[in-house]
Amino acid sequence: MGLLETFKKIEPDKKKSPLLHTGYDAIFTFLFSPNTTSKGGTHIKDGMDLKRTMVHVVLAMQLCYLFGTYNLGHQHFAAMGEYVGFLEGFHLKLAHGLIKLLPLFIVANVVGLGIEFWYAAKRGHAVEEGYLVTGALIPLIMPPDLPIWILVLSIIFAVVLVKEAFGGTGMNIWNVALMARLFVFFAYPTSISGDDVWISGFENIRAGVGADYGWAHSLFNGLFGWMGLDTFDGGQVLDGYTGATPLALAYQGGWEKVTEVYSVSQMWWGTIPGSIGETSKPFILIGAAFLIITGIASWRIMLSMFVGAALMGMILNGWDATPFMNVPWYYQFYMGSFFFAMAFMATDPVTAASTNGGKIAYGFLIGFIGMIIRVLNPAYPEGWMLAIIFINTFAPLLDRLVLDSHMSKRLARG
Amino acid sequence: MQSFRRIASSFFTLFLLTFSTSQLSAQAAETSGNVYVIAMLVIVGALILVSAILMLSENFIQLEATKADMDADQKKSLVPSINQLWQSSGPAYTGGDHVVQLKKGHDIFLNGEAPLSVSANTSKRYAVKPTDYRGMAPIPKVVVAVGDEIKAGDVIFHDKKDDKVKFVAPISGEVVEVRRGDKRAITDIIILGDSEVKYKQFDPPSIKEGSREAIVDFLCEAGAWSMINERPFDVVPSPDSEPKNIFISTFDSAPLAPDMSFIIQGKEEAFQKGIDTLARLTSGDVHLGLDARGGEAPSAAFTGASNCKKHWFSGKHPSGNVGVQIHHVAPINVGDKVWTLTVQQVATIGDLMFKGIYNAERTVAVAGAQISNPTYVKTHAGASINELTESMNEGKSRVIDGDVLSGSTVGEDSFLGIKSDQITAIKEGDYYEMFGWLLPLSPRPTISKTFPNFLFPNLKFDGDTNTHGEKRAFVVSGQYEKVLPMKIYPQHLMKAIMTGDFEQMEGLGIYELSEEDIALCEFTCTSKMPLQSILRDGLDMMREDA
Repeated sequence: MGLLETFKKIEPDKKKSPLLHTGYDAIFTFLFSPNTTSKGGTHIKDGMDLKRTMVHVVLAMQLCYLFGTYNLGHQHFAAMGEYVGFLEGFHLKLAHGLIKLLPLFIVANVVGLGIEFWYAAKRGHAVEEGYLVTGALIPLIMPPDLPIWILVLSIIFAVVLVKEAFGGTGMNIWNVALMARLFVFFAYPTSISGDDVWISGFENIRAGVGADYGWAHSLFNGLFGWMGLDTFDGGQVLDGYTGATPLALAYQGGWEKVTEVYSVSQMWWGTIPGSIGETSKPFILIGAAFLIITGIASWRIMLSMFVGAALMGMILNGWDATPFMNVPWYYQFYMGSFFFAMAFMATDPVTAASTNGGKIAYGFLIGFIGMIIRVLNPAYPEGWMLAIIFINTFAPLLDRLVLDSHMSKRLARG
Repeated sequence: MQSFRRIASSFFTLFLLTFSTSQLSAQAAETSGNVYVIAMLVIVGALILVSAILMLSENFIQLEATKADMDADQKKSLVPSINQLWQSSGPAYTGGDHVVQLKKGHDIFLNGEAPLSVSANTSKRYAVKPTDYRGMAPIPKVVVAVGDEIKAGDVIFHDKKDDKVKFVAPISGEVVEVRRGDKRAITDIIILGDSEVKYKQFDPPSIKEGSREAIVDFLCEAGAWSMINERPFDVVPSPDSEPKNIFISTFDSAPLAPDMSFIIQGKEEAFQKGIDTLARLTSGDVHLGLDARGGEAPSAAFTGASNCKKHWFSGKHPSGNVGVQIHHVAPINVGDKVWTLTVQQVATIGDLMFKGIYNAERTVAVAGAQISNPTYVKTHAGASINELTESMNEGKSRVIDGDVLSGSTVGEDSFLGIKSDQITAIKEGDYYEMFGWLLPLSPRPTISKTFPNFLFPNLKFDGDTNTHGEKRAFVVSGQYEKVLPMKIYPQHLMKAIMTGDFEQMEGLGIYELSEEDIALCEFTCTSKMPLQSILRDGLDMMREDA
């Protein structure tokens, strides 16, 4: 193994430059599984480790990434009424999506991993893998036009105060990616709510506002022009186009208003405005199925969350006081980010309940409360972020209840 | 008291649910008249009502059963549990008896299984090891000196604090070395064994007529008492201890474990006498765990044993662990003491009581991918492992006294442990693997479905000692429960131990566990946590506290 020996040679000194050594160690263990052998305890060990666990979660998100990137471009052109067919202007939509997504992804990972490396060096332990998933989740749940400095602030807040302050991977109480989003939600509400934010590439969404192209677009124009393809020409937002998400429409006028703008199959397949990762339900469900089959995410949480949301949806149908409550409960799942939250957010094993009974209660409560927040909250028609963080807080309590009942059963066994 | 509470709470739930559903449906009827919702609520309410009534009657039946002092597996229930409904009746040889079906667990299949034949004993030296016995002072009172000629059954040492329990020689021969380890603690007292064993002749009390006291005194004097393992804590019981029950597992489900039915051949009578003796020592019962995993019927020595209660167990490893079997038959509660012995130790006690000789003969499986010809060896307790494993395959190996999950690493010159009936040798895994975490090139044992292993459930592995990853904090939850067929929350117990929370440790059932029971949890652990040593720390804390 020539590469291995080369790598061994350049190992920096741990005492002299701890930060450099931490970085080296992270890259080295990424490239090579270490040669550590078991000492005491079991002599053979399962092939599964935390790196593999985390990378499988990231793999499960890849379809969302692919679709979300393309859909970014599609929504941009849909606002101008150009290339209305989903596959028309393929290269332009993909290029626009990449231009918007890549900065978010790169900054999220560079800043987050940078903080992780620094803390790992300070504490003298290896870089832990938790951020692999967080860094992949954050771009999927942020608005595409989010200013980079806000993203950086939110990540610093989430990684330092929510994760490292509690002791790093495995110790945090709240979901790190969601806390980054929560930070933006409360600190810079205009950049994450309203109809404007989910359509990228415009200053704001009003009729006649022109597309906002930068140097990256010109770069692609050069390439596409040379290849003889269509280029970014800069159009204007159509008359009457709002960019409203189905949930915003449902809040205004119920299911009828939603279906005036979007068809049911559009909502299901995800060719609608929204966060990058959340729109396409089939691709999220494929990811969820992958996580359940490989046993990485808990089916108990996903199932009970679905049941909780469905039940609350039915109760709201029965109550029927506003147009939003009247939306049939099963159509609630076509709108918003329920499935994404279910598959990737609620199932985070660190912040979820850890007993099987606790997981069922945890999922159910998220579904139940999330639906309440979505429908009854006048400020913001979506509830999963707040519901998950809220129930994250109570997850240890749910476990406590399960364990206490277990302990009293053991005592009573006599 | 508990049953009354359950009944009261059932009543309350029933009341609450009927009340709330009726209220809700009334409300819904007023506001919208949504027939669909009302119908749904009514159905849910009716279902809850029916199940609440069922639950209530179930509670009464259980209450009566407890009053009538019926056993757990005999208790009648109104609704058969789902397990009972789907339960196949077990292999034919169980004769339709109740089989405890354990759904959780995992079998690790390794290469190098020993075929059922016995090879010549190549061990010349034997050792008695004070380190085998937990809770003893590190420097015991050794009563032999180097150069002494001794017989099998002669006293070698006893604890300084307590001279009643004697530790005796497993074989006759000459004492050649008293080896010391750290802080001058005695680690091995080594005997050069005779080829023809000379036994010290004891005069045992009668199994049937002798008083319990006489039998206990005799077992202590003749060295058999020290073989008994007392749970919780896994210590040698004190001579005035009386166990709630005595448990013997007659099969081992660990990787490459020896076949007990084969080992017991020729010792059937001694085994029965051993059980008869043990039955005199407890006010409870002697329980045998029998193998109902299919395949061939276990030896008649086990299935036909008398003077004991027999329980069939089926399922993957750790179904053969005595701790798991205790949990399903008569779990260890706070303050309980339960004794466990291995099959061959029972036979030794039988020989002692019946023939008056301390016959510590052991049939040991020598197995694993690094052993060039795996086999069984008929030797004696404390045999030299290095002399038994002389022919090894190429490469750096690790020799293990016991199985790969809970055995101990063998050093330069080590001897068989007192409970051991297995030696395993596997490759050392001190290699780097490029992208090993992402794209593993060689097959390895795992329970994770991210590997294609689950498509080949009977695939055998060589197995090596590579940890396949680094140690991390607890991240993944629920994975230990999948392989532990006990009603225990292992991860929460581990956290309670790490934080030194005595009340929780006790409440979460630390007394029911021993290292071997959670070995499989440690194997599967994504975070590579040393669960067995954490558990032992916890047990030591509890023992010091007691």
